[in-house]
Amino acid sequence: MDLVVAVLFQLVYGIASLALISLGLAIIFGMMRVINLAHGEFLMLGGYTVVVATNAGVNIWIAMLILAPAVVGLIGVIVERLLIRWLYGRMVDTLLATWGLSLLLIGLVTSIFGASTSTTISPPLGIIRIGDYSASGYELFLTGVTVVLFIGVWATLKLTKLGLVARGTMQNPEMSAALGVSNARIYMITFGLGAAVTGLAGGLLAPLTGVLPTIGATYIAKAFITVISGGASILAGTAAGSILLGGINGIFAFITGPTIGEVALLVSAIILLRLLPRGITGRFFRKFL
Amino acid sequence: MNGNDTLRAMKPVFVFALIGIVFMFAAPYALQLFTIINLTTAIALSVLALSLALVWGYGGILCFGQVAFFGLGAYAYTIAAINFGGSTWAILVAVLVAAAFAALLGYFVFFGRVSDVYLGVITLTVTLIFFSLIRRTSGPDYKIGNALIGGFNGVTSPPLNLPWNTSSFLFPEHVFYVAMAALILSYVFCGWLVNTRFGRVCAAIRENELRSELLGYDSRLYKLGIFTIAAGIAAIGGVLFCNGVGRITPDVFNLYNAALTIIWVIVGGRGTLIGPIAATFGLFYLTSALGGQSVLNNNLVLGIILIFFVLLVPKGVAPTVTDWFTKRRKPAHNSRRRRRQGRST
Repeated sequence: MDLVVAVLFQLVYGIASLALISLGLAIIFGMMRVINLAHGEFLMLGGYTVVVATNAGVNIWIAMLILAPAVVGLIGVIVERLLIRWLYGRMVDTLLATWGLSLLLIGLVTSIFGASTSTTISPPLGIIRIGDYSASGYELFLTGVTVVLFIGVWATLKLTKLGLVARGTMQNPEMSAALGVSNARIYMITFGLGAAVTGLAGGLLAPLTGVLPTIGATYIAKAFITVISGGASILAGTAAGSILLGGINGIFAFITGPTIGEVALLVSAIILLRLLPRGITGRFFRKFL
Repeated sequence: MNGNDTLRAMKPVFVFALIGIVFMFAAPYALQLFTIINLTTAIALSVLALSLALVWGYGGILCFGQVAFFGLGAYAYTIAAINFGGSTWAILVAVLVAAAFAALLGYFVFFGRVSDVYLGVITLTVTLIFFSLIRRTSGPDYKIGNALIGGFNGVTSPPLNLPWNTSSFLFPEHVFYVAMAALILSYVFCGWLVNTRFGRVCAAIRENELRSELLGYDSRLYKLGIFTIAAGIAAIGGVLFCNGVGRITPDVFNLYNAALTIIWVIVGGRGTLIGPIAATFGLFYLTSALGGQSVLNNNLVLGIILIFFVLLVPKGVAPTVTDWFTKRRKPAHNSRRRRRQGRST
């Protein structure tokens, strides 16, 4: 019984962490049809923000929950103004430009902090016991944060005026512009929010993984696969993609080890796209956000 | 179109090939051995650039993971050569393994009608999964036949040998001849392919997929075909690369190398074959020069180059230069024609 609970917890945590690293990407992709190849580097910047702030004496909770999203969100807004806004409607060029940005950010951070792992910080929560087994309290906390984050994004999109306007712009940019909405501002805010969510995720994961200039590469493969499999709906797509792929990954990893788990995740995503080329939400749950 | 027309259209290809042959025989007399060994690596990489120029520039397929086939070819060659005790059949195995993998992956993405942006992301993801998968294969448990895969440290690649004598290994200066010959042959092959009926249908699909399908061409099959062929060419580059360097490590699959391949083709220009090859040599020497100092990081410079080209020179160097010359020669007439033919990529 205890074993079942412990394994289930691991499975749920796997799904939640997948959703956490993918959500920022999904917001930007779902709202603006921009695939941000610098997503991994936004996660990395969130991690560095936390490490630098904590080393400077800031409380780790403030660093993770407030500073990381604020800093990366601001960087996102700057990037949108300087780079992305020239390329709207040119998906391939946006993809290439954000890839250039990704290299640029890796290079910048390497020049500033060096190529190796900066001082690591330890997860601030201890271990919780499930009968004879133990689980990380911090992983439980991350699962909770992911759920709260999903509810927060849902509420922002569904209940606020900004969310309404943003969804309108997403559906029909010309019409919303005709009604007096500044599309450029909406895109800027959306990109900034997506970057902020990504920064939060990167900051929260930093205590578990440490930070490296090239750490983004370890996340992006999974994040891309999740978002593409999920399809265009931001929340339903990310949730469906994470549950399916995280579940498959977790089950295979439990049976055979982490390497096969990752391969199984990729193979199932490719087979899924053969069957549902527009992702899960291209066929199911289309009404959801 | 008949054979004569194809030959006439290939005239520039033969000119560049001839320059290549002259360079191939002149270089060992003019350059030092160290430079020749370095050049071999650059040649291997330019075969990779050529394969992406074919699949992206002519097939219109946004393959961000071309380096996966390159790496796969290098690994397949190395493992096969260790097991066979000779290199000749191992080269064939490398090409077949990469092409077969491309055909399998291509079946899922092209027949699933995955759009081009997704395709780029999927091929990139496949590359990164190879990276993390092979990194974890250290230890004696992971082996194929007699060859340990070696995880993080990679495998030492057996050198090429003469086809009829498995104990007479080629020296680095001979590998240079082999590499240069392989590059020239691949280049002429690609130049021929894009001028055949098959190549022209691929270009038509790149320009307007719907219209080509309405004319009765199954775009999925043509895309699968050019994707598979390009993967085989990339594998030849991989074989040359692991010979030039002496070993193959999982780092070949990392994000930096995937980006580098894209940058060669962006800088050289989509829709030409010689442009990306030239860009590879140019950037190879630029990054080598940057490696000697520590102020500017390679990633930083390449990122700036990529952003600069996407924003300001989206067509790449070779087409921009060609355009400039034709515009000077026939100003009014040509510019109108080009505008009509202009495509929105």
